[in-house]
Amino acid sequence: MSSLLSVADLHVYLGESHILQGIEFDVSEGGVTALLGRNGVGKTTTLRALMGLVDRRGRITLTGEDVTATPTHKIVRRGVGYVPEDRDVFAGLTVDENLRLAERDTDPRYELVYDLFPELKQRGKQLAGTLSGGQQQMVAIARALLNDNRLLLVDEPTKGLAPLLVAEVARVLERVAELATVLLVEQNLGVVQRVARDAVVLDTGRVVHAGPARELLADKPLVHRLLGVGHA
Amino acid sequence: MSTFVLLTITGLGLGALYFLIASGLSLIYGLMGVLNFAHGAFLTVGAYALWFTESKLPGMAVLPRFLLGALAGLVAGGVFAALVELILIRPLYKRHIEQVLVTVGLGLSTTALVVAIWGNDARTVAAPAWLGKTTTVFGAHIPNDRWILIIAAIVVLIALNAFLKRTRYGLIIRAGVENRAMVTALGIDVRRAFTLVFAIGGVAAALAGVLSGVYFSTVDPARGTSLLIFAFIVVVIGGLGSLRGTAGAAVVVGLVQQYANYYASSGLGDLSVVLLLGLVLLARPSGLSRSFA
Repeated sequence: MSSLLSVADLHVYLGESHILQGIEFDVSEGGVTALLGRNGVGKTTTLRALMGLVDRRGRITLTGEDVTATPTHKIVRRGVGYVPEDRDVFAGLTVDENLRLAERDTDPRYELVYDLFPELKQRGKQLAGTLSGGQQQMVAIARALLNDNRLLLVDEPTKGLAPLLVAEVARVLERVAELATVLLVEQNLGVVQRVARDAVVLDTGRVVHAGPARELLADKPLVHRLLGVGHA
Repeated sequence: MSTFVLLTITGLGLGALYFLIASGLSLIYGLMGVLNFAHGAFLTVGAYALWFTESKLPGMAVLPRFLLGALAGLVAGGVFAALVELILIRPLYKRHIEQVLVTVGLGLSTTALVVAIWGNDARTVAAPAWLGKTTTVFGAHIPNDRWILIIAAIVVLIALNAFLKRTRYGLIIRAGVENRAMVTALGIDVRRAFTLVFAIGGVAAALAGVLSGVYFSTVDPARGTSLLIFAFIVVVIGGLGSLRGTAGAAVVVGLVQQYANYYASSGLGDLSVVLLLGLVLLARPSGLSRSFA
């Protein structure tokens, strides 16, 4: 399988802290690759570094082109969508305005977005800041789906959501994975098991495991050692 | 009664002048986090472009001469502001201390340059005769230039609101004020919005320069700096980044200044504005409004 995204010797410093210490991994075209690890190991920073939202050093290749020094908006225009950890919807804008702002393609995929999240159509005039956490997550994912992206970077989409909504997000991720390659940061291993094909595990800013997600999750002692959790 | 009406309209006129300067300051800070101490220079450039253009058209009737001068002022202010953003601010993006140093330096050097070229003396601005006359309202003889100031500020407020609400760039600016990084993460080159906001702020400040030329009948090198101080007070009271708050604060500051000068003691107006600023900062440190227009 060809590599859509390739990361080599990626370093990120935040202040005095050396957050990413030369991580290396590849994301193959299609499906979901889960980026896993305990809290604070650098998963979110990895996604932010791939987006160019933090200063980084190393080599990031997207469809064979080096984008390490490319500014964020140009990375996005190469077909990368981003769903940030805290949703980052524009609270003072309406749902419609949040979506309109994300439009890049001449023919934005509103049909797909409203098919996945019919509620957003009804709440178009509502300020995004007044939505529930789950609804804000819908807006955040919808913004990334509006354009025909090749790669989606999705950061903890189930964080803080009720179990029913977690299942809903997992269903959406499965559908999204049919349309684009997804690099998913996720703590909920149930969701990972359901949607992920590959898994990359970080620990203290380094990649400590990479391989098929199913194999990783089947090895309970390994999951416990790498992620510090017992897998149900 | 007539004195109160005169003070009120004059205070609103002064507030309108402050709003024209402060609106750009507020937008620039809201979107870019830049405290632009060179904003007074945009006003100075606009005012002197008005005077310079008028001085080069001596044979022309006053009204077209004034209108051409005003147009030259607005264009000069907008272009100057855009160049300042492109050449001086953009390389210093995220370096706030350096931005302050550069903008303070530019403000001072613009004044010094104007003094070096045209001297310290105030220069007379020729305005249509109607602006020098008065209109009687409830027994008060209101100078007509006050109405022009108020109308100009209202038009600018409405135009800025329409721009922010109805255009894509307005949407980008409103979103950028909330979360600039996320705007870029949607594939938008927010730097274009930066330049546009600077240009808009420059045009509004240049309009203030043109209208201050009418209000005071002259232009002088220190005008931009002296009005900028009050514009900063207005922006802080109104809430940094809030256009509606800026408009409200400009009205309050203009009125307080006029009433204090007349009813308390002449010269107390400036002090009362500073006291008002202190009270607002103590009661609501984020200003009167944090919501963007």
